[in-house]
Order: sequence, then structure tokens, then C-alpha cells
Amino acid sequence: MSTAGRTGLVFHEPLLFESSRPGRRGVPIDDPDVPPVDAARELGPELVRDDIPDFPELAELDVVRHFTRLSQWNYGIDSGFFPLGSCTMKYNPKVNESVARLPGIAAVHPASDESRLQGVLALASELETVLAEISGLDRVTLQPAAGAQGEFVGVRMITAYHRARGDAKRTRVLIPDTAHGTNPASAALNGLEVVEVKSGADGVVHPEALAALADERTAALMLTNPNTLGLFETHVEKLAEVVHAAGGLVYLDGANMNALLGIAKPGHMGVDVMHFNLHKTFSTPHGGGGPGSGPVAVRNILAPYLPTPVIRGEGGRYRLDEDFPHSIGRVHAWYGNAGIWLRALAYIRTLGAAGLAEVSARAILNANYILDSLRDVYDVPHQKRVMHECVLTDRRQNEHGVTTADIAKRLMDYGYHPPTIYFPLVVAGALMIEPTECESQETLDGFIEAMRAIAREAETEPGLVTGAPERPIVRRLDEVRAARKPRLRWTRERA
Amino acid sequence: MLARIGASSFDALLESVPATLRSRAELKLSPALDERSLLRHFSAAVAENGTVLSGPSFLGAGAYHHFIPAAVDALASRGEFMTAYTPYQAEISQGTLQMIFEFQTLVCQLTGMEVANASLYDGASAVAEAALMAARVTRRTRLCVSAGLHPHWREVLRTYTEGVGLALETLPLDASGRTDCAKVPADAAAVIVQSPNFLGAIEDLGAAAKAAHAAGALAISATAEALSLALLRSPGELGCDIACGEAQSFGLPLSFGGPYAGFLATREKHVRQLPGRLIGETVDTEGQRAFVMTLTTREQHIRREKATSNICTNQGLCALRVTIWLALIGKRGIRRLAEINVAQSTYARRAFARAKLALPYAAPVFNEFVVTVPGLARKLERLGAQGVQPGVPLARYGAPLGEDRLLVCTTEMNTRAEIDALVQELAA
Repeated sequence: MSTAGRTGLVFHEPLLFESSRPGRRGVPIDDPDVPPVDAARELGPELVRDDIPDFPELAELDVVRHFTRLSQWNYGIDSGFFPLGSCTMKYNPKVNESVARLPGIAAVHPASDESRLQGVLALASELETVLAEISGLDRVTLQPAAGAQGEFVGVRMITAYHRARGDAKRTRVLIPDTAHGTNPASAALNGLEVVEVKSGADGVVHPEALAALADERTAALMLTNPNTLGLFETHVEKLAEVVHAAGGLVYLDGANMNALLGIAKPGHMGVDVMHFNLHKTFSTPHGGGGPGSGPVAVRNILAPYLPTPVIRGEGGRYRLDEDFPHSIGRVHAWYGNAGIWLRALAYIRTLGAAGLAEVSARAILNANYILDSLRDVYDVPHQKRVMHECVLTDRRQNEHGVTTADIAKRLMDYGYHPPTIYFPLVVAGALMIEPTECESQETLDGFIEAMRAIAREAETEPGLVTGAPERPIVRRLDEVRAARKPRLRWTRERA
Repeated sequence: MLARIGASSFDALLESVPATLRSRAELKLSPALDERSLLRHFSAAVAENGTVLSGPSFLGAGAYHHFIPAAVDALASRGEFMTAYTPYQAEISQGTLQMIFEFQTLVCQLTGMEVANASLYDGASAVAEAALMAARVTRRTRLCVSAGLHPHWREVLRTYTEGVGLALETLPLDASGRTDCAKVPADAAAVIVQSPNFLGAIEDLGAAAKAAHAAGALAISATAEALSLALLRSPGELGCDIACGEAQSFGLPLSFGGPYAGFLATREKHVRQLPGRLIGETVDTEGQRAFVMTLTTREQHIRREKATSNICTNQGLCALRVTIWLALIGKRGIRRLAEINVAQSTYARRAFARAKLALPYAAPVFNEFVVTVPGLARKLERLGAQGVQPGVPLARYGAPLGEDRLLVCTTEMNTRAEIDALVQELAA
């Protein structure tokens, strides 16, 4: 087979604890220039522990090889095409790393006197203004550390808004069946009840379905737009009207903002509050599962409830204002993941308005290109054009005993990261593909060819697909065993 | 490409976006910058930031300036780590998975616990998640929170627990600066004690655990200065049920407060109530050892509104830095660093005492302590003008903590000369 994937020289590498040798040392640490103390005598022997048994003892080179080898078992955007739906695995420009490492950012202590924080507060304020412009909303907080924390903050503010109006009976959040799992979990974390809204046969939510559920108990609608099928919620203005007429507010899950830059603003759709995922739309590194950053933008009616502190700029000076009586309170010890939100600002400053508009245009073109190039061999749940991502299914391959999981694993052998699989839940055997704007036509063609080859294999040699992957450092894993007898740490006894 | 998919124009792809919603004007943003201009812009913007490198710093209060070996940046910058996703596809994510398994093991070793998750956003949300977990385990709603918990962490705890009907009650500090656990109500869900606490005092976690257990509550230890775990008897050894905190001290730059890495560890019997990712060991079809995300039925992407938390990311890249840092510093190195921190604070406290400045709390400390400085505001201004960051004035956190009190932190990054100069200036 002609593939992007090759098997290179990779190494076995034991756990840190298994390579450890007594007395071995990584970096040297000199004596301090203050007199040494006997900690047990100074603090009292009852407070002081023994040495930590089995803690690693390794030379610096051992550690360097260990993590270099581990890294080689990973697949990142830097390795190859990563079409993971709803995760927006776009290229993370290296210059943003240089920005985050500037001493004026990396070495700033968050408890410094405000006079010393003017530079970083000015940049924070600049980013808040930019995100307000992109969202079409009025105010922004950078405090939430991730999208899910942003959701929590948004829903918390909605609750505070209703309560302040003496409208405490609004305990329900309406959430479409295509939503990410974080939406219902964030509502529950606020003590609210989740009511599922069925999307129509055409994949979008219809105002009539929503109207049947919206009433005086409705706190909010949580909507993702474009939704996780990659479809723009065509009726979004009407949906917002329905919710507003019932007295509720509209929350937008901004996970899919990569489709909307310069194309449409959530504020114009009737959205009252939304979160951004800076690690998706604005290119900050996913880091193997974080850290993210989940700023929240709101309409002025929700501004009194923003988490404290908020940044105030007056006469060219900035301060962190904590005197904010209706605030929902703090959600982060400091002002969010500054090292992340500053990378996002660097990305936005690199692209400018025209560049951002091109991001969404190319992302949409690439997704439609993939969809059109594969719809003759894979089943497609909806026949419409899509926005930034598309969904295929394994229905045809099922006839040969091949499933979405098999297709995903086989893609690894071809050198590609699999799409998001089995999500959204409303589509059986979903393969959700988000190519992003960063990929060339040649890369897309290579992926399309691999997907078509797998479809052929499913018919002619299904064992190749169901037995995949064969090239990564390990083959398919026994997940049942992992969950039945959990081994969640290394111990000497078990080694 | 448009032609190949039969679209007449790009706009034809947007057929489902109502014309009324299409933006007519470009976004109002500053002009685009190339790399040179971008670095110039950011360098100039932050030039006026006083950093912990630009002069002596004695700032702590939940964020600590510690030594970071060069290999941490070099290894953590590898694109295979930095640009990977949450390891859903285990076969091509073994690097991240094994690393997190190692992180979980290291957290267990440091805290004396049996299971640790794959990290949380930060120490503040870790305390909040620990409290929610204790409420689930005990099916109770009263949280007894030490007055020595970091005031910001307490605020986050309140924000997280208000919506689900949990109540916060305060356990006061005694004259020595430690938590008085004598009055834990019989229906408490948890006793939450930070050690070393916000004022620097090393708490009696054993006593807190006993008081909690006598009431049928869980004992939660919170750690803001994780380096202290290398020297102090562990929360697990002292009987705590949940140990959580902030791992920033282990290789994470200060970065104006984030990204940092929260940790959360507990006993095996509570594992199904843990929030966040968990990595477990298993084998592949050929019997090779491998690692995989496990017990995912606790999580939002499976359980949705019935999940243990809404958390979706861990702090993968931060957990990586922590794991590399701990591996490089190692067993003897971490003990030594912790002892150096005690030596520094011991020296500084004695110097303050000799200079007749009051140390209002008698409890033993790790690397942070309170000193009473008459005329503090004026002296802060003078030291600030000299480029010194002398500590965190407690007045910032409200009245009960005192007008003239300064929270001073000394780590291995401070020199004796810096400490001498600070004492001299504050005593002057």
C-alpha cells in the first residue's frame, strides 16, 4: 500500500521507576549560602517524613532519552494530518511559543504589585477587546482555564441573572442531542436540570421542537453552532427568539468558532453568552490534553455577574477590580491561563482581520472537499454542504464486519490520526472529520486516498482493517482489562 | 478545489447561513504583524513588567519561584508532546499515556495516597473538585474550611459549590497560626485544611483528619507549595482521605498565574468518585504492556449530566513539565531543595527577629511566613522603587489578616545578601 505512514526506529522504554538506580542524580544542586539546618530539629521530627521510597533516581541523559523516546510514541499535529472533529487540530505556530517564553511574561509573578503588571494587563485588555469584536458581544473575561470551565462560568452567570430578577424557578437548561458532553455536565454542576432537544431529520434544531420545551422553567438554551454534524443551525435567530420569549437566555458553545471568523458573529444570532476555546480556534497547543483557555463573552445584561476580578483600564493604567458585588465569584486562583491566552493574542495579531476570515473560508472549503470526495464510498447522514467539519458513517462497511473503530485504527497504519469517532451520538458509527484550514490540497488528497483504500480493503480484505493497527508501538489495547482491575500507578510489589 | 466539488463560489458553500447573519464588514482588528514585528510588539508591551528575574523577589502566596533545569523546556517543547491531543487513540498516544501514568505514580508517592488523577486546571479548582467529591462520598452538604486556606482558593471553592447547595463554614486559626479543628459539626461532609497554610504555618494534618473522621467527614489536605511534600509527612500517612493542590512549584513558570497544574489523589475505595482523566495499565493484543484512559464512565463524554465533573481537559503539557522536573531533580535532589527552602526561611526569620520585627505566628514554617512591619506601605513603596518585590501585603486580602503584615517567601532562588538587604530595609 502507498501510505504516508512508515515504521521508523523506535525504542522500548521502561517506566522512570524501573530505570531508577540508587544514588544516581540528575541536575546538581549547590549548597545555599545561608547556614544549613537540620529540618527535623528545626520543624520537629513529628512533621518530617522519611525519604520517598522508589522516587526516581536518574542521570540527566537517562531523563532526556526517556522523554525523547516517549515523545516518539506520540502523534501530534507536528507529525501529520490530524482531522479530529470538533477539536480543531490546526498548526500551532512556533512564534507563539517564543512569545509565551518572553521573560516579561513567563517570569511575571501573579501577586506582583499592579504597577508591575501594566504590560501584561494591557495585553489582556487588548485580547478581551478583540474577542468581544469577534463574538459581537460586549464584555469578556479571560479567567476560565478551559472550555468546560467557561461553560460552567456562563451557566453560573445565567443563574445569577435570573436570581437577581427574582426569577428563581428557572432550573432547566435545554440542550440539543448533538451537544458535547460537557454541556449537560456543566449545567448539572450548577444544580440545573437538563432537557434534551431533539434535532430534526435534517440535522438541525427546529423552532417548533424548541417551543414545545421552552417555558417559565427555562434558564437557557445551550447551543453549538455550527453543530457537531458540521451544520449551521439555520434557524438560530428564531431559536433565540423562542428562548427569549420564554424568558430564558441563549448560551453558545464556541467549540466550532473556526467556522465563523469573519463570516458571522454570535452576538447577531441572539446569543447572550458564549465561551471560546482558544486551544481550538486560536491555535494554542493542545498539549496532549491541555492546558486550554476558555474565555467567556457576554452581552451587557450579564456583565454585572462576570467572575471577579475584571480588568479595568482608565487613563492608560490597568487594574484588577475585585469590587464587584453581583459577581459569581472567582473561578481561578489568578487571571486564567495567561501563558495560553497570550499565545492566542499572538495568533490573532499575526493574522489580522483578513487572515482570520481566510481561516474560516479555507476550513469550510477543506471540509466540503473531503465530504464530496468520500461520499460515494462512505455513508453520509445529511446531504447538505457543511461548515468546518463533516460526518461520515460506517454503515456500508458494517456489511463486511468492519466498524468505525476499525477504520480509525487502520488510518494509523496509513500515517493519519483518526477522526473523532462515535460522536455525535445521534449518528450511529460516526466518523467526524475536521481538516482545518492549515492543510494543503495534497495532504487532503492523501487522506482521501487512504480513506478510499480502507473502504476497498473493507470489501476485499476486511481482516486488514479489523486487525489494525499494525504499525504503532503497540497493537489494539485491552480496555476492558484496564477498567476491570485498574492499575493506576506503579508500585514495587506489582512490578 | 471549488470546481472539483461543484461549487460555483465560496459563498455557495454557505447556503445554510442566513443572509441576515452574514458579516458585511471585516472584523475591526489591528493590522497583521509578521514574526519580527510580532516579537517586537510583545517584547515592547511587556518591557515594563517587573519580573522575578529583574530584581529580588519574595513573592509566594500560592505561586512559587523555583529552579527549572534547562532540560525541562527542551523536552517539553517537543512537538510530539506539545501538539498531541487528549490520548483517546491510545495506540499512537503511548508517550502521553505513559507519562501521565508516571505523573499519577509520582503524585501518589508525594502525597502518600493510592490513586491520583491525570491533573486538574490548578490548585484552586482541585480543592473545589475535592469538596464536590467529598459531598458525593458522604452525601452531606457542610464543608468545614480552614481560615488558612488561600483566600482565592476559598473563593473558587464557593463559586463551585454554591450552585449545588453546599455550605461553607470556617474553622478559625489559633494564636500559633494553625487551624483549630475542635468544632467540626457532626454532619460535616469534609474538613479542608491547607498545609503549609496561607500564612505559612505547617498544619497538624493528623489532628485535622482525626477531627474529620470523628464527625464522619472526609479529611481533605490542600497543598499550595508542592515542594513541601518532599520533606513533610504526607497527607496520606497522616490519615487524610483526599490530597489535592497545586504542582506549579515543580517546573512550571510563574506566567502571571497560569497555566499551572492541579493534582488530586485519594484512597482506592473512592476512585469511582474521582473527577478527571485516569490512565491505567493494560496489554495490547500481543501481550505487550500499554497504557490507556480508563474508568471513563465517570466522565462527561460518556455520562453527560451524571458525570463526576464537567472537566474535559487535564493539564497534559503542565503534567509533562512536572514529571520531567521531578525525574531530573530526583529523590535526593527534591529532599535537598526542600531542606534548602527550610534553611532559607529559618535564616530569614532569625534575621527578622534579630531586627526586632515581630513574627506573629509561632507554628513551624516551610518557606513562607508572616512578618509585622510597622509603616509597611511606605516601605513597600521604597523597596518597589529599588526593584525589589518584598512579599505580599496581607492587607490586600481583607481586614482580619492585618494592616502591617507582610507574607514573605524565601526559596532556593534567593541569596543570603538579598535576604539581609530585605530585613535591613523593612526594619529601617
